[in-house]
Amino acid sequence: MAGELGKYKLCVSARSSDKAILRKAQDGGIVTQLFKFALEEGIIDGAIVAGPGDEPWRPRPFIATTVEELMTASGTKYNISPQVSWIKEATRSYGLDKIGIVGTPCQMQAVRKGQLYPVGLRDVPDKIKLAIGIFCMENFSYQSVKQLVEDHAAMKLDAVKKMEIGKGKFWVYGQRGQVVQLPLKVTHKYEQPGCHVCLDYVANLADVSTGSVGSPDGWSTVFVRTKNGDDIWSKAIAAGCFETKPIEQVKPGLELVTKLATEKISKNQKTVEERAKFGVNKGLRNPYLGPK
Amino acid sequence: MADKITVGHVHMSGCTGCLVSLADNYGGLLTILDKYADLVYGLTLADVRHIPKMDVALVEGSVCIQDKISVQEIKETREKAAIVVAVGGCACYGNITRFTRGGQQNQPQHESYLPVGDLIKVDVYIPGCAPCPQLIRNVCVMAYLLLKGNKDQQELAKKYLTPLMQLADRGTEACGCDLMYDVVNQGLCMGCGSCAAACPVRAITHEYGKPNVNREMCIKCGACYAQCPRAFFNFDVIPEFEGIMDAIDAALK
Repeated sequence: MAGELGKYKLCVSARSSDKAILRKAQDGGIVTQLFKFALEEGIIDGAIVAGPGDEPWRPRPFIATTVEELMTASGTKYNISPQVSWIKEATRSYGLDKIGIVGTPCQMQAVRKGQLYPVGLRDVPDKIKLAIGIFCMENFSYQSVKQLVEDHAAMKLDAVKKMEIGKGKFWVYGQRGQVVQLPLKVTHKYEQPGCHVCLDYVANLADVSTGSVGSPDGWSTVFVRTKNGDDIWSKAIAAGCFETKPIEQVKPGLELVTKLATEKISKNQKTVEERAKFGVNKGLRNPYLGPK
Repeated sequence: MADKITVGHVHMSGCTGCLVSLADNYGGLLTILDKYADLVYGLTLADVRHIPKMDVALVEGSVCIQDKISVQEIKETREKAAIVVAVGGCACYGNITRFTRGGQQNQPQHESYLPVGDLIKVDVYIPGCAPCPQLIRNVCVMAYLLLKGNKDQQELAKKYLTPLMQLADRGTEACGCDLMYDVVNQGLCMGCGSCAAACPVRAITHEYGKPNVNREMCIKCGACYAQCPRAFFNFDVIPEFEGIMDAIDAALK
């Protein structure tokens, strides 16, 4: 199967069967659970994850080599963590032979480009053993998130327990239980510009990709895409890591995923085309046509 | 094997690190030489004095224009080779030889070094310092498929090599600044971190999701821009990563 949702072998709705993971998870705890399983089974030596940075809600990529380290990175931070920046360092400074990496669709594209065209990624291509992609409509800079939470939602960043985009709103949950919702109309202008040429919503190039869209609260939609991803996923299922339901039996199901994917891709395809005639007989670069 | 391609390593002003990178394919290099390519020229590896006719020339190093033999040899390379590949930052962009102003013993008058593409037409670029063994390997395999493969294989090789040919067309100057000019200034950067990972001298960090280049440290090897998925991303090749990587692995078994 290809198209907006990419090639995949299997699509299910799933959640971790580990209560401790679910308590900290954004949705079904898929990424944390799958990396935990892969670490414990020796499928990977370490995973590049987005952990806590220098400021509240500012993520920083780091290499988790233990389950404890992995757990500090769970949950979604709606701003940029340059995951791929650690990919060579993981094989060098950390000496890892089997790397896991989680990232957005564009970061999965970067990983696969790095495997086929490893210009500056000596000895990296064969060491990527589990690439987990997360669904992504767009991302924000840290300053944008700060502005949304502090100026629009009038909350202090370090008093925020969880952020979420869902049901057409940007949700900010405070530590004391307060909830603020912002319409996406407000958030749009703060989006990272580079996201507007992205032609991938559900991380088509990951081994396994996951996100909340399509599944009920507390569950995640999971696409198993590659041979390698399928192998690891089946082992995790056999080990009882996940509860699953057929995607056809959950609401809102694949229909919503397809709708959002199509919306994102056609909107951004249009942006790519408009960029070509941005000036007067002069356009902006189109990376899909080449490096010139 | 009769239908192997012929490959030569042409050494201009470089440190031999690119050749070492080629050798760093270990068993893979032996398989390439066994099944797919005959090494017909190479200062350190083949006992041949003059540049022979060959299918693919892998050129390492920039050209010192005060050294008549270098100039003559690079022109001869263009005449004798069907495909000229600039291997490594020096051949592509000058790299650290961009900083030389002569004065070194024992040829202090050798002061001007140009990327190969300033003197001859180059077909394919492999940027980076040192270039990555696996990329050199991939290009060798694809060059073989292009010249000796069946129709499907030729098609794949053409698609695979296209962006590296476009890089050769793009020019002979590279710098960490390219990330600003051609990615960030163009509204294309999404902060993935590829550039920082690719940089051999750790001149690139990410500050609040965007690359920050220490220009004093940049050696102008071109790896960052070439690695950036917003420099080029070919949808007719990269999404097929699984099949292509399996095919390359199988070819080198």
